[in-house]
Amino acid sequence: MSIAIEAIVDRLGGPEAAARLTGVSTEAVRKWRQAGAVPSRHWAAVAAATGLTMDELRGDTPMPNSDIPPGATAALVLADGAVFWGRGFGAHTGATPPVGEICFNTGMTGYQETLTDPSYAGQIITFTFPHIGNVGTNLEDIEAASIAARGVVVKQDVGEPSNYRSTQHLDAWLRARGIAGISGVDTRALTARIRDGGPPTGVIVYPADGRFDLAVSRAQAEAWPGLEGMDLAKEVTCAQSYSWDETTWAWSTGFGKQTDPKRHVVAMDFGAKWNILRCLAAAGCRVTVVPANASPDDIFRHKPDGVFLSNGPGDPAATGEYAVATIQAVLAKGIPVFGICLGHQLLALALGGRTFKLERGHRGANQPVKDLTTGKVEITSQNHGFAVDLSTLPASVTPTHVSLFDGSNEGLACPERNAFSVQYHPEASPGPSDSHYLFHRFVEMMDRRA
Amino acid sequence: MPKRTDIKSIMIIGAGPIVIGQACEFDYSGAQACKALKAEGYRVILVNSNPATIMTDPGLADATYVEPITPEIVEKIIAKEKPDALLPTMGGQTALNTAMKLDSSGALKRHGVELIGAKADVIDRAEDRLKFRDLMAEIGIESPRSVIAHTLDEARAALATTGLPAVIRPSFTLGGTGGGIAYNKQEFEQIVAGGLEASPTTEVLIEESIVGWKEFEMEVVRDKADNCIIVCSIENVDPMGIHTGDSVTVAPALTLTDKEYQRMRDASIACLRKIGVDTGGSNVQFGLNPADGRMVVIEMNPRVSRSSALASKATGFPIAKIAAKLAVGYTLDELDNDITKVTPASFEPTIDYVVVKIPRFTFEKFPGTPALLTTSMKSVGEAMAIGRSFAEALQKGLRSMETGLAGLDPVDAPGDGGHDAFRAALSTPRPDRLLIAAQAIRAGLSIADIHDCCKFDPWFLRELERIIDAEKSVAANGLPKEAGAFRRLKALGFSDKQLAALTGKKEADIATARLALGVTPVYKRIDTCAAEFSSATPYMYSTYEGGYGTPACESDPTNREKIIILGGGPNRIGQGIEFDYCCVHAAYALKDAGFETIMVNCNPETVSTDYDTSDRLYFEPLTAEDVIALVRREQQNGKVLGCIVQYGGQTPLKLSLALTAAGIPILGTSADAIDVAEDRERFQQLLQRLGLLQPENGIARSAKEAEDITDRIGFPVVIRPSYVLGGRAMEIVYDRTGLHRYMREAVIVSGDNPVLIDRYLNDAIEVDVDCICDGETVYVAGVMEHIEEAGIHSGDSACSLPPYSLSPSMITELKAETEAMAKALGVVGLMNVQYAIKDGTIYVLEVNPRASRTVPFVAKATGVPVAKIGARVMAGAKLATDFKLDDESIAPHVAVKEAVFPFARFPNVDTILGPEMKSTGEVMGLDTSFERAFAKSQLGAGVVLPESGCVFVSVKEADKKGLPLLARRLTEMGFSILATKGTAARIRDAGFPVKTVNKVLEGRPHCVDAIRSGEIQLVINTASTPQSVADSFEIRRSALTHQVPHYTTIAGARAAVHAIAALKTGTLEVAPLQSYFRGSF
Repeated sequence: MSIAIEAIVDRLGGPEAAARLTGVSTEAVRKWRQAGAVPSRHWAAVAAATGLTMDELRGDTPMPNSDIPPGATAALVLADGAVFWGRGFGAHTGATPPVGEICFNTGMTGYQETLTDPSYAGQIITFTFPHIGNVGTNLEDIEAASIAARGVVVKQDVGEPSNYRSTQHLDAWLRARGIAGISGVDTRALTARIRDGGPPTGVIVYPADGRFDLAVSRAQAEAWPGLEGMDLAKEVTCAQSYSWDETTWAWSTGFGKQTDPKRHVVAMDFGAKWNILRCLAAAGCRVTVVPANASPDDIFRHKPDGVFLSNGPGDPAATGEYAVATIQAVLAKGIPVFGICLGHQLLALALGGRTFKLERGHRGANQPVKDLTTGKVEITSQNHGFAVDLSTLPASVTPTHVSLFDGSNEGLACPERNAFSVQYHPEASPGPSDSHYLFHRFVEMMDRRA
Repeated sequence: MPKRTDIKSIMIIGAGPIVIGQACEFDYSGAQACKALKAEGYRVILVNSNPATIMTDPGLADATYVEPITPEIVEKIIAKEKPDALLPTMGGQTALNTAMKLDSSGALKRHGVELIGAKADVIDRAEDRLKFRDLMAEIGIESPRSVIAHTLDEARAALATTGLPAVIRPSFTLGGTGGGIAYNKQEFEQIVAGGLEASPTTEVLIEESIVGWKEFEMEVVRDKADNCIIVCSIENVDPMGIHTGDSVTVAPALTLTDKEYQRMRDASIACLRKIGVDTGGSNVQFGLNPADGRMVVIEMNPRVSRSSALASKATGFPIAKIAAKLAVGYTLDELDNDITKVTPASFEPTIDYVVVKIPRFTFEKFPGTPALLTTSMKSVGEAMAIGRSFAEALQKGLRSMETGLAGLDPVDAPGDGGHDAFRAALSTPRPDRLLIAAQAIRAGLSIADIHDCCKFDPWFLRELERIIDAEKSVAANGLPKEAGAFRRLKALGFSDKQLAALTGKKEADIATARLALGVTPVYKRIDTCAAEFSSATPYMYSTYEGGYGTPACESDPTNREKIIILGGGPNRIGQGIEFDYCCVHAAYALKDAGFETIMVNCNPETVSTDYDTSDRLYFEPLTAEDVIALVRREQQNGKVLGCIVQYGGQTPLKLSLALTAAGIPILGTSADAIDVAEDRERFQQLLQRLGLLQPENGIARSAKEAEDITDRIGFPVVIRPSYVLGGRAMEIVYDRTGLHRYMREAVIVSGDNPVLIDRYLNDAIEVDVDCICDGETVYVAGVMEHIEEAGIHSGDSACSLPPYSLSPSMITELKAETEAMAKALGVVGLMNVQYAIKDGTIYVLEVNPRASRTVPFVAKATGVPVAKIGARVMAGAKLATDFKLDDESIAPHVAVKEAVFPFARFPNVDTILGPEMKSTGEVMGLDTSFERAFAKSQLGAGVVLPESGCVFVSVKEADKKGLPLLARRLTEMGFSILATKGTAARIRDAGFPVKTVNKVLEGRPHCVDAIRSGEIQLVINTASTPQSVADSFEIRRSALTHQVPHYTTIAGARAAVHAIAALKTGTLEVAPLQSYFRGSF
C-alpha cells in the first residue's frame, strides 16, 4: 500500500528535515510535493529514516496518467532514462520487474528456440523482425525447459498463430513462464541505439494495475551491475548430472533416439542448448550432462571418450574462475574437447588466453564465418557478447574460424591437446545447419584416440 | 580466388521484347551484369532486340547488338566478335533457350565459346522435368507424384498415377505457357494437347495436384567454392495452383517455423549442388502441405529470374551483379555488400520490414478470355510495397497498383452477396480474390470459412481482419483524436483517401487533421542487415511505425540541390519499360549535371529502382499523399528544385495538379501547358490559332451528345474516354448501333469523364514525331512512319525511322508543325505528336507534352540520347548552347520498331489490331534498308517469315484494291496463293493464279482446316465490321496457335512481302549499335 507524499514528508519531520536528510534544497522538496512522489534515488535514505517500504514510497499516483501514452500498457525503461512505451504481453511484472542487458537478434525465424536458449540469461531480447508469434509455440521447438531470457521486445502486437504444429499462442506461452514482453516498440530505432551505443541496461514494466513509476524503473536499471563479471552459468546449469539420448528433429518422425552409441561424451552444462546434445547424440554419442561446477573427478568418473563444453550466458571470465581448472585437468589427460560459444571462450581461458566484451555482440542467424582451413564460408547462428582475444593465445593454439562481419575470432584448435572450439552455434536451432559437420569432426577426433 | 584471366571477352544475351513472364526485370539484371563485367575489365558483347532497355545503351557494353535473338543471328555475332565466354543466365528463358540451342548445334564448340554461369548440362538437368525429378529423389527431396508424356495416350495412362485434378506442365516453355490444371477428363485432354504443342520438345509433365498447398520460393546464390547463401525467402499468399508471377507474394516467408524454414533452406542448397549450378543465382520453388508440413520441390530456375529481381529489391542484395562476378571466378567472401559498404557479400540478408508484391492484370483488354488464374502466367506487371508490418505493406501495395484502389477498399459482393456467393467466388482463382476475401470478412464470414474456400493462410486473413476492424472503428468513431492512435491507424497502411471514404470527409480534410497532430510518415532504410550495421546507402521506404512514441526517421536529407524523378509504377499495357528507361536516363543525366537525383517508384522489376541508379531512392507508391510526404521530408534540408513528372508516363503526370496545389515545383512543361494539350477545347483553339488541322471531332458528356456529334461528322468515328493511356476502351465505331453499344457498355460517361469522338480517317498514314523543346528552340528527334494505317493504336503499330514512303517536303512540313506546337505550348522537355496523313493532308491526332513510348526507340535509332537531353533541358539547359544537335542530318540506316503481343496466353482472344493497345513490348530491327530492317523486326518479334510456300489471303472490301500488287509480288517470289471467294476473284481478275478455299461458314474443308494441317505458311487477313471480324476469328486464332505468321492489316502484309523479298536476296547480317554511330554517343 502506498502512502501520500505529505505523509512521507511529515514522517521525515517536515520539508526542512527532509531536505537535510536527502541533501537537497527545500525548493526540491516542494517539487516532490508537486509531483506527488519522492525521487527514487532518495528512497534508500527515506526508507531508512521512516521505516516505510519501497512499495509505500512509490506514491499513490506515481505517474500522472496523462503522461502515459493512451493505449500503452507497458514500458521499456533504460538506465539512461530513455523510455519506450508499448503494449505488454506475456506475464505482468511486479515490484521487481525484469532487468537485464538489452540485446537484439536479427533472425527472422525461430523465436521460440531463441527465447529458450539459456545463453540469453540476464538479457532482454529485442527481435528485429517485426512479426513475432506468427507460428505460435509448440512442444518441440524448445532449447531448454525454461526461459532464461528476462523479457522480450517486439514491434508488432502478437497475433493468432498459424502453423500445423502450433499448440499455444506465444502470449499464453510466455505468461505461463512468467516472462513479460512489450510490443509496439520502434525496434529498429532501439537496435540502432544498441549498435551505436553498446547494449544498454533496461527494465520491462508491465504492471497489472497499469501504474508506472519511471523513476523507480530507471533506478532499478541503473542499479543492475551489467553482464561483465557476472557468472550466470550457475543459474542455468543443471542441478545434477543426467544422460541424454534424443537425436535431432526430422519432419514426420520428430526427434529420434540414439540406441546404439559409439562414443561417450560428457557435456559440461553452462547453459546448454538441447539441440547441441541432440546433435552429439545424432553423431553417435551417448551424452552425460554434468553441472557447470563439476570437478575433474565428476567428469572422469564417467570415463568419457570426449568432453564437450557447452554454450551459456554471462562473462566467461567469471564462470572461468571455477570451470577453467576443471577444463585444464581434462586437457591434461588428452581427452578430446569440443567447445561451443561460452565453451569456446572457456577453452581459450583454459589454454591461457583472455576474453573481452565486444563492442557489438553477434546475435542472428545470418552471420558469415570463414573456415580458415578450407576457405569455405558458413552461414552461422550466433549469440555472444564476449569474444576471445587472439593475441593472448599461446603459439600452440591456432585460430580456425573468423567472422567476416567484424574479423573477430570464431574458432580455435589446439591439436596437441586434442581440443577445438567455435564461437558460433553449429547446432543451429534456430539458424542454418551449415556447420553440423563439426559434431562429426569431434566424433572423428574421439575415434582417432580410441 | 580472384577473377579469371583466361577469358577476356564475354557475351551476354538479353531477354528480348517485354512479354508476359519476361518483363523489365531482365533489363535490370542484364544491365547490372554488363556494368559489373565491364568494371572488371572484360570486353562485353551484348545482344538484345529490345531497344527500350538500359542494357542496350551503347555505354554499357563494348559491342551492343540490337538484333533478333535467334540461334542463327547470335551465332553470326559470335563469329564476328569471337567472345571467350557466354553468360546465358541474365536474359530469362530466352537467353537460356538460345544458349542451349547454340550448344546443341555445336556452334559454341565451333567458335570456342565457354558457357559460364550455367553449363548446358546444368540447364538441361534443371529444365528437363523428368531428370530434375529423378535427381531430387536421389537426394531425398520429394516431388509431386508425376509422369512425363509425349503423346495424348501416354498422358491418359498417367492419370492412373496422379488422379484428377492434375497439373499439366509443358517442358521448356516460358512462364508456364500452355500449361494448366485439369479437373475433368475433357479439360485434361484439351490442356495436354495444347501443352504438347507449346513445348519445343513435345513433352508435358502430368502431376499430382497440390493445388491449395502453400507455395514458397528460395533465392539461392552459390559460388564456385560451394559457398551458398539464401538471399531471400518468398511466400505466396495465393496457394499452389496459381503461377507465382500471378500471386500476391510476401518476403520474407511469414508462416514457417525455423525447422520448416531450415528444411527448405537445406533442400534448396542441396538442389543447386545436385543440379550442379556452380556459380550464380537460382530460384527454387516449394509446395508445403499446411495440414502436415509435407514439402515438395516444384521447380528450379538456374538463372536470375523475376523472383530474384524481387528478392534483390526486397533485401538490397544485388543478385545479378553478384552472380555476374561469381561467374567470372570470384567467391562470395571476396565481394562487398554495396549497401552497407562495410560487410561482405557472403552473408544472408535479414530484413526488419515486410515486402508485399502484387501482380497487375489486364484482362479488361482481352475480352473473351475469362479472368481466371492458372499455372500459366497472365499478369503484365507488378508493384512492390514495403512496410513495417504486413498490413502496412499490403495496403501500400494495393494503392501502388493504380487500379483505382486506395488500399484494401470494399468491392462489390459477388452474386447475391450471400455467404454461398462469397464461398463460390473465393473458391475461384480470380485476380481480385484477396479483395473478395476482405469483403467476405466484412460480410461476416469466418476466417476458417474463408480459408477453406481460398486456402490463403489464416495468418494473412487475420491481418486483413485487423485492417477491417480498424476500418469499422473509424467508420463508427471517426478519426483518432490523439497522435499515437492516428499513427497506429496509419501504420496499418491506410491512405488519407481511404480514411476520407470511411468518414465521409475529403482527402484534404484528413491530411489537415493528421498534420495538425504532427502525424507524418518516417523513412527507414533497406540495409540488408536489420540495422545491425549502419547503412551507407539511402534506399528508403515510408512507415508510420505505429507504437506509442515518436518513431525514428532515417531519411537524413542532404543539403544539396535536388531533383525528384517520379517513375511509372507497375508495368501495364500502354505503360512499360519505355518510361522506366526515360526515368533512368533523367537520373543519369541530372546526376552528371551535378544535381542530387531522387527516384520514387514502386516497380521492383525496373532499373530505376536499382539502389545505385539515383543518389537516393524512395520505394513508394506514386500517389499524391505518398509523394508529397517524401518531398516535404526532403525539403527539410537542401533545396528541392522540383519534380519531373513527364517521364514516367501517365502515372506521375496525373500527380501534377496535386503537386502544384501543394506548392511543389514541377520541372519542365507547366501544368497549364499539359492541360492545354489534354483539354480538347483548349487544344482545338491552339490548333486553330496555328492554322493546323485535326479530324473533325467533339466531346460528348452523354449518349445524346454523342449522337449529335456523329450526326455532324458522320461515321466511322474513333471514340475513347478522356485521360487514358494505351487506348483503353478506344474503339472505331461504324454506325449508330455500335455507338449505342459503346455508350452503354464500354464507358461510364459523366461530366467529369466525357468521351472524345473523332472522325476516323480511312487509309491514312500515321506518323509519330518526338521532339525536345527548351521553350525557345525545338529539336525534332525523330519522325516515325507507321506501317499500319491510322486507327491501329500507335503502340501496336510497327514504324520506321526514317519514314519509308513520305516525301521530303512532307517531312519538312511535319517538323514545322511540330515545332510550332511545341513553341506555342511552351514545352520544356519532351513532346510527342501523332499525325495522320490522308491524301497528302496532315491532321494532328494528339499531342503529348511528355516522354512518349517511342523515346528509347528514337534514341537507339538516331544515336541521340533524347531522354537525357530532355531532362537537362527541364533543369535549365539550353538546346542551342549546351548541346550539339542537328536534326537535318540523314542517317544511312533504317530502324523499324515492331510490337509484340500476348495473344497466345489468352485463349479465345482475337489477334486483330485496333485502336486499343494490346502489345506488351517491342523490338527493333536495324539495317541498311527498310525491307531488311523490317525483316529483322519480325524475326525479333518471333515471326519467321517464309521464303516459299502457300499464302492464304482473305481481305475486307476496302483492302481489295491493293490485292493485284500484292499478288504479283507473291507470285513472282514463287508463292502459291489460296484465297476466299471474293478475294480470289479480285486476284484472278488481275491475272494471277489463285486457288479458292471456303470461309469457315461456307463448309469444310475450309481455310482454317488448311492452316491446321500445315498447308499455309503465311496468312493475310483483314476485317473491319464486327460481323466480319467474328466470322474470321478462327483464321487468326488458328494461325496464332499453329505459329503461322499472320498479318491483320494490308499495310503490314505489304511490308512483310517486301521483307520476304529482301530475305530471299541474301541472309541478314549483323552490326553493333556502336558501328552505326561511331563517336556520337
